[in-house]
Amino acid sequence: MHLEVDVTLVEPPLARPYRKFLPAESAVQYLDSAGGLTESEARYPRPSDDRLVEMHRNMVLGRRFDQQATALTKQGRLAVYPSSRGQEACQIAAAMSLRPGDWMFPTYRDSVALAARGIDPVEILSMLSGDWHCGYDPAAHRSAPQCTPLATQLLHATGVAYGEHRRGRDTIALAFCGDGATSEGDFHEALNFAAVFKAPVVFLVQNNGFAISVPLARQSAAPTLAHKGVGYGIGSEQVDGNDPVAMLAVMDEAARFVRAGNGPVIVEAHTYRIDAHTNADDATRYRDSSEVEQWLGRDPLARLEKYLRGRGLLDDASAAALTAEAESAAAELRAGMNVDRVADPMDLFRYVFAEQTPQLREQQAQAEAELAAESEEN
Amino acid sequence: MPTITMAQALNTALRDALAADENVVVFGEDVGTLGGVFRVTDGLTRDFGDDRCFDTPLAESGIIGFAIGMAMAGFKPVVEMQFDAFAYPAFEQIVSHVAKIRNRTKGALSVPIVIRIPFAGGIGGVEHHCDSSEGYYAHTPGLKVVAPSTVEDAYTLLRAAIDDPDPVIFLEPKRLYFSRADVDLAVGAPLGRAAVRRAGRDATLVAYGPSVSVALESAEAAAAEGHDLEVIDLRSIVPFDDETVMASVRKTGRCIVIQEAQGFAGVGAEIAARVQERCFHHLHAPVLRVSGFDIPYPAPKLERLHLPSVDRVLDSVDRLQWNDSADTRWAVTA
Repeated sequence: MHLEVDVTLVEPPLARPYRKFLPAESAVQYLDSAGGLTESEARYPRPSDDRLVEMHRNMVLGRRFDQQATALTKQGRLAVYPSSRGQEACQIAAAMSLRPGDWMFPTYRDSVALAARGIDPVEILSMLSGDWHCGYDPAAHRSAPQCTPLATQLLHATGVAYGEHRRGRDTIALAFCGDGATSEGDFHEALNFAAVFKAPVVFLVQNNGFAISVPLARQSAAPTLAHKGVGYGIGSEQVDGNDPVAMLAVMDEAARFVRAGNGPVIVEAHTYRIDAHTNADDATRYRDSSEVEQWLGRDPLARLEKYLRGRGLLDDASAAALTAEAESAAAELRAGMNVDRVADPMDLFRYVFAEQTPQLREQQAQAEAELAAESEEN
Repeated sequence: MPTITMAQALNTALRDALAADENVVVFGEDVGTLGGVFRVTDGLTRDFGDDRCFDTPLAESGIIGFAIGMAMAGFKPVVEMQFDAFAYPAFEQIVSHVAKIRNRTKGALSVPIVIRIPFAGGIGGVEHHCDSSEGYYAHTPGLKVVAPSTVEDAYTLLRAAIDDPDPVIFLEPKRLYFSRADVDLAVGAPLGRAAVRRAGRDATLVAYGPSVSVALESAEAAAAEGHDLEVIDLRSIVPFDDETVMASVRKTGRCIVIQEAQGFAGVGAEIAARVQERCFHHLHAPVLRVSGFDIPYPAPKLERLHLPSVDRVLDSVDRLQWNDSADTRWAVTA
C-alpha cells in the first residue's frame, strides 16, 4: 500500500505553511574535502579571515587537548574519555558563536567546546578523571555541567533561554546533542517547549553516524535529522560538520537568528567520530575501516589549513608556533593531571542540601570518626 | 475566622508567594485559565498575568526540565504535576538533575523548584490517578519531601517549600483538598518539624498526609477502649524529625506507623527501622506498620480494602499488648 498525502488539505488556512520549516536539500558547504572553495552558492556570509584564523588556533589546541586526554586514559589518569577527534569544527564553531554571557549546554563529548570557551582543561577533565562534581564553575563560565543522560540538558537550555529572555536580556543558549539523543523523548519535548515559548535556543545535533554502535539508519527514518524541526515549527539547517568555514558561518547565523527573537533553530552537522565511542569501546565490531579512512580524508583541520595557506593566512612559521603552543598546553595539562588532588571527604555531605539535614550531620560525624580512627591506626 | 478548604489554602499560599517575590512563577498543565483540575491555581493567571502563571505543553519531563533552566535564570518555579502517576515521565529529570545539580556543581548551581503533586487515593479515582509515590522521592538524596495533613499546614508548608533553597516534592493529599477548617493562614515553622496532633501515653501513632486523620480517628476510638494514644504528624518526610518521633516513642514505649502507600520498602519501613535503632530499650513491643497492600492501586470499588482503616489500626493497637510466648503472628513459616 502506498499512501499519497495531499498536504494542502491538512494545512489550516491560518497556520504557517510547513514548507517554511523544511530544511534545504543540501548541507551548507564552503570547502571541498581538499580545502578548496566549493562552487555551491553559500547561503550565509563567509566568516572573516580573523575569525577563521582564531577558529584554526582553537582547532589545533582542541585536537591536541583531545589527543592528550585520550593518552591520559591509557595512563589511568582518566576513568574514561569520549574523543572529539573529527568533530572539532562543530564544537569550536558552536563555542565561538556565543558571547560570554550566553549559556552553553555540553554533553560528555563536548570537552573541546568547553576548552574553546576558555575553561581550564584540568577542570574540564575533573569529572572524567573520577571526581563526583563537574570540575568547573558553571555559573561563572555560563557552561552547564557536561551532561551524561541523553537530551535532558536540552530542556534546561530551553528553560534558561526563556528565563533570560523574560528578564529582558538578549542572552541565548546553545545546546549540544548527538544523533542518538534525537530519539529520546526529552529532545522532542525541548524542541516543542522552545518553539511554543519562542526561547532563543540553538540546538546543535552533531550527527556523527553512530550512537555507540547503532548506526543512523537504526536511529531515525527521517530524511535528515534537521527535518525533525518541521513538526515543531522550528527552522533548521544542515551543514557539513567537517567544514570549519561552513560550521562557523552557520553557527554565527543561527546565534544571530535566535538572538533577534525569532525563536529556536535546529542545526544538523554531518560529521563523523573518528575514534571509538570512548576508550572503553571497540569500534571495529560495528564499522569498517574503509569508512573511517574515507572520513579521515575529510578531516576538518586539514581542510581549514589548506584553505588558510591558500589565502596566505597560515605559513610554516605560524603553523610551527601554533604547534609549539599546543605542545606546551598539553604538557601543562599532563602536569596538572599528574597532581594528585586531595579530595575532602566531608565534601560528600556538604553539597546535598543548602543546609544539612540532621541525618546528614549524623552521617558526617560517623564518617569523621571513622577517618579519625583510620589515621590513628596508621 | 474564614472557613476555607485545603485547596483554597494552597491557592492563597501561591498567591501570597507570587505577590511576595516576583521570581516565583507557577506553571504546568491546565494551571492557567482552568485553574488546575483541583482548582489550586484558580485565578492566578487572571490576577498575576500569563507571565507568572501559565500553561505548558502536555509533557511532564518537559515541565521539570524547563523549570530547571528557569531556576538557573534565577526564577523560583512552582510546577504542578497533574496527578501522582503522571509525574513518572519526569522521573529522570527529578532524580538525575533536580536532586543532583547542587552536588554535581559543588554548590555553584541550585534549583529551588517546588514540584506539587496531588497524591494518594480515597477519591474513587481511575487507574494512574491514586499512587502514593513518596517512597521514590524520599529515597532520592537531594530532594525534600513534604505532605500536609491540615488546611493550616497546607498554607504554611507550601510557603516554606517555596522559600526553601532546595527542591521540594510537595505532596497534596487529594482526598483532603476539600476538607475545611476555620484557620488564620500564616507563615510558620520551617520544613522538617513534626507536630504532635494528640498527646497520649500508651503508644505513638506516626503518620503523614492523608493517614493523619485515620490516626486521629483511631486514637479517639482507642480512647473509648481505654488506650491513650499519641499521634504525630510528620509533615515533612525529608528532612525527617527524629527528635519529635523518638521523644514520643521513648515516652510511650510503643509505636505504630501508618501509611497509605504499599508497605514493602516504603517510608513506614524506614521509620520503623529508625525507631527500633534509636529506642530499642524503651520499646515494650515491636514497631508495627499499618499500610496499603503491596498491590497496584486498586479499582475504586475495592480501594477501601487497601486503605488503612481505623479498624486495621485498632487491630494493630491490640497487637501491641505484646506477649512473646502467646503470639505467633510473626513466626516465619517455611
